Amino acid sequence: MRAENYITMEFPSRSVNEGFARMAVASFAAQLDPTLEELGDIKTAVSEAVTNAIVHAYPDTLGRIVVKARLLEGGGLEVTVRDWGRGIPDIAKAREPLYTTGGEERSGMGFTIMESFMDTLRVTSKEGQGTKVVMRRRIVQRLSGR
Amino acid sequence: MDIKTTAADRTLTISLGGELDHHGARGLMEQVDRLMEQELPRKTVIDLKDLTFMDSSGIAVILRAKRRMEALGGNLVVVNIPKQAAKVLETAGLGRYVKLI
Repeated sequence: MRAENYITMEFPSRSVNEGFARMAVASFAAQLDPTLEELGDIKTAVSEAVTNAIVHAYPDTLGRIVVKARLLEGGGLEVTVRDWGRGIPDIAKAREPLYTTGGEERSGMGFTIMESFMDTLRVTSKEGQGTKVVMRRRIVQRLSGR
Repeated sequence: MDIKTTAADRTLTISLGGELDHHGARGLMEQVDRLMEQELPRKTVIDLKDLTFMDSSGIAVILRAKRRMEALGGNLVVVNIPKQAAKVLETAGLGRYVKLI
């Protein structure tokens, strides 16, 4: 599918960047004229994916995170969050609700929320090489204001 | 994020404003732990009225506060939950464990 418009941003895995990443993607998505709820869903999913990269990909070091967002023909948004950290040994296990290796600070609901708040979620990972999360969300075109 | 607390009659009220994510959650958890140790509340109220965003980090904060209150023999309620935060809490099924008003 050809991208009509896109952005790419790169930042180190500092937790202060979680807010920046979700706001940047939400600002980019605003051109699709989403509802507040759709925008909230996108922000939440991006926050979960970026937090996962910060907490799990680079637990003891600072590493590189790249977030891409692109508009898809027909009013869709695709968000990719990529890291080059330690990777996920068992993706199916990691996607189970309440499963976490992050201790009491994490709820283990990140992937469940990404799945619920976006239409599709694809996770690919290789131990020692990193993780790529690709999420898509269709934004329904409204009749007014176009 | 913005944190305001009041304590009276062994009820601790924690009012949260702004955005609650992983970046702010650790400091918030430490503050909540400290306040509970100081005040030994029978009831803790987490008020989310001014919260503009919350991700799953908020679930971990609430569950931890719930466990601390259980250890103290008290209870926890979460009130004034904005729509976006409510969706996160509902997705996690948190209503089964914590009183959400």
